[in-house]
Amino acid sequence: MASIFLSAPVSKDISDFNRSSWRPFLPNSHSLSGASMLCVGGSGRAKNQNAGRLSTNAVATKVDASESSTDSKPGHELLLFEALREGLEEEMEKDPKVCVIGEDVGDYGGSYKVTKGFSTKFGDLRVLDTPIAENSFTGMAIGAAMTGLRPVIEGMNMGFLLLAFNQISNNCGMLPYTSGGQFSIPAVIRGPGGVGRQLGAEHSQRLESYFQSIPGLQLVACSTPYNAKGLMKAAIRSENPVVLFEHVLLYNLKDKIPDEEYVLSLEEAEMVRPGEHVTILTYSRMRYHVMQAAKTLVNKGYDPEVIDIRSLKPFDLYTIGNSIKKTHRVLIVEECMRTGGIGASLRSAIIDNFFDYLDAPPLCLSSQDVPTPYAGVLEEWTVVQPAQIVTAVEQLCK
Amino acid sequence: MESFSVANLAVVPQPAATFFDRPCSFLTGSHLKAPFRSITKSNSPISSSAIPKPIRAVFSEVVAAGSNLGCQQEMITREEGLIIYEDMILGRTFEDMCAQMYYRGKMFGFVHLYNGQEAVSTGFIKLLKQQDCVVSTYRDHVHALSKGVTARSVMAELFGKATGCCRGQGGSMHMFSKEFNMLGGFAFIGEGIPVATGAAFTSKYKREVLKEPCDDVTLAFFGDGTCNNGQFFECLNMAVLWKLPIVFVVENNLWAIGMSHLRSTSDPEIWKKGAAFGMPGVHVDGMDVLKVREVAKEAISRARRGDGPTLVECETYRFRGHSLADPDELRNPDEKAHYAARDPIVAFKKYLIEKNLAKESDLKSIEKKIDELIDDAVEFAEASPVPPRSQLLENVFADPKGFGIGPDGKYRCEDPGFTQGTAQV
Repeated sequence: MASIFLSAPVSKDISDFNRSSWRPFLPNSHSLSGASMLCVGGSGRAKNQNAGRLSTNAVATKVDASESSTDSKPGHELLLFEALREGLEEEMEKDPKVCVIGEDVGDYGGSYKVTKGFSTKFGDLRVLDTPIAENSFTGMAIGAAMTGLRPVIEGMNMGFLLLAFNQISNNCGMLPYTSGGQFSIPAVIRGPGGVGRQLGAEHSQRLESYFQSIPGLQLVACSTPYNAKGLMKAAIRSENPVVLFEHVLLYNLKDKIPDEEYVLSLEEAEMVRPGEHVTILTYSRMRYHVMQAAKTLVNKGYDPEVIDIRSLKPFDLYTIGNSIKKTHRVLIVEECMRTGGIGASLRSAIIDNFFDYLDAPPLCLSSQDVPTPYAGVLEEWTVVQPAQIVTAVEQLCK
Repeated sequence: MESFSVANLAVVPQPAATFFDRPCSFLTGSHLKAPFRSITKSNSPISSSAIPKPIRAVFSEVVAAGSNLGCQQEMITREEGLIIYEDMILGRTFEDMCAQMYYRGKMFGFVHLYNGQEAVSTGFIKLLKQQDCVVSTYRDHVHALSKGVTARSVMAELFGKATGCCRGQGGSMHMFSKEFNMLGGFAFIGEGIPVATGAAFTSKYKREVLKEPCDDVTLAFFGDGTCNNGQFFECLNMAVLWKLPIVFVVENNLWAIGMSHLRSTSDPEIWKKGAAFGMPGVHVDGMDVLKVREVAKEAISRARRGDGPTLVECETYRFRGHSLADPDELRNPDEKAHYAARDPIVAFKKYLIEKNLAKESDLKSIEKKIDELIDDAVEFAEASPVPPRSQLLENVFADPKGFGIGPDGKYRCEDPGFTQGTAQV
């Protein structure tokens, strides 16, 4: 697994993330694998005229030059699910109208422990354990949102929210419009999705594409503890209904996040690694496959620019566009299916807006249009692997 | 299950003379001629002897007073009577005008009229406060009117004008009003019931978490067809579980478009289904506004007290087809004639006059006033402008930043094309 370059989102409005200016985080440990930190200036790399520039710019652009090394920076280390919990807890403390509704969120603490300890702290009504009736409790949360509350709906697995599709599509997405703006639905729908480790087809669904066409919904995907907490807080504060996609395999990602309060922008993408040769757009777990491929690519002399799009709907065409204008080549790496996936929409948006800047067709690596198989090897071949990313970049940059 | 009594509701035998002549249950269908199907078929799990007699629900004080139930004295005052009459006339006249306007090409799409069911809407909604919520289905014009939404704004909405209650964006099946807490207007049956449950949840949350004094009640109206839908049962369960201040009102008009209730439901007695969840279930004659009002009073006060939900099945009938597009060929003319003879407005008018609560002239002047109100509403709707193009992209999001950041780095909602409604988002 790749190490993580963490960078602040490139924000046009510095006040968006408030309080801490960006500083580079170099994780000193993470639980995904025993791999050490990425050394960009590793030996054995092919000579490349960009090499010198590359190693000094290996970590993302500093926004505030006065920041020095990270070691003296305050911050606390935690796992991604704890970051989600922290964000949720802060918002619940701040606003008593924020409540959590879902299966096993109370006594059990959430199937991935995101709400552990909450029912003791906030009470049974604010952390509501529901019966197994997704369509109805999602609709109930929507009714509560219309009448003044700010519910956070947890789908035990995003796949279960397929049962709530009626409410999410018809009510959540539509009611602000069909009521002529009289009602708003400040709800957050969150839960783990994506392909895990041999969880079987129904628990390994890639649902971003199913929700993306619903008018009136915003979709975001978190990928690091830093953006998980920031996006959770932003989603709760938003007046729009937001679907926050978490990934089953990322919950135990460890990293340091600022002690001060911060909120990220729901509509902005995150620059993970600036580069010159090719723009790689990705989100959620595929970010790590991309960064692992980036390691190899750098050793081969390429300089990929990696952007975590974060906002699956709407796309941050400014950050994406600036990158394409610089590199003229784009590769999309996603876990969603090829047909009608996020990548399909993104590719289309890129062609619409930036066709003249492209030197090569926009490539998209998606997962196969198959139900996720149980067998480990088949599951591996379903999703995009780093080797495929390397090949695609090489093909693009020919 | 011969009798099922609810606290404060007494089970009483049918009095000899009520202001309706006939008993109020048609669930057996046995008194009706073929081709009505009787549910006492040999392969039916329910035999006629096992079908409990429906309860005629009466407010307990009436029973305790030992008054002659037959003449139902002192159930309402003159003022209340006139309010009830006016509301039912408003509903009827409005719906009749809708039919006219539809056939003249002023409104389009699916329009579902409420003629014949006015007793249910008036009986329940006139007991509510403004802060109480109502959730309905596509047959929602009259619920909106009873709740207080003006005839002008409902008519303009039906005409698709910008002055409509939803700015012309909702239409017949999506009547919303924040001011009067009309939470819709839903096109798919059953999908409003969870929303109503949520509104009731907010009421409880305000009381118990936010510590605000709140005894707001929510009414969910839906039909017989919906009672076979999963969302109905799921919400009955949750409402009892958390003792939510909600009343589930079933407007059983025996038909779901062309599907007879008896053909689609294994046990057609919907009021019984409340008991499976631990909730009182009551059956009431939905063509009799005073009976509905009695039951509604008790059910709503139950909810307000915090005693939890009630399931009320109102046996009613729609005089017109399912919608204005429905040729209404399947229903037997005898059935229609039978219920037409029990028109709630005619019966209530007779009651008011017989009890000397109102004179013929009072009622005539109410009818005239309503006629003028409706004519004014039509004029208003006709004269209102259609929505401007700039309205197209408004209200999709409460926070229009949700349309995201365009290639130029600005939020799309800041683009002049956006506010003109011409931007491609």
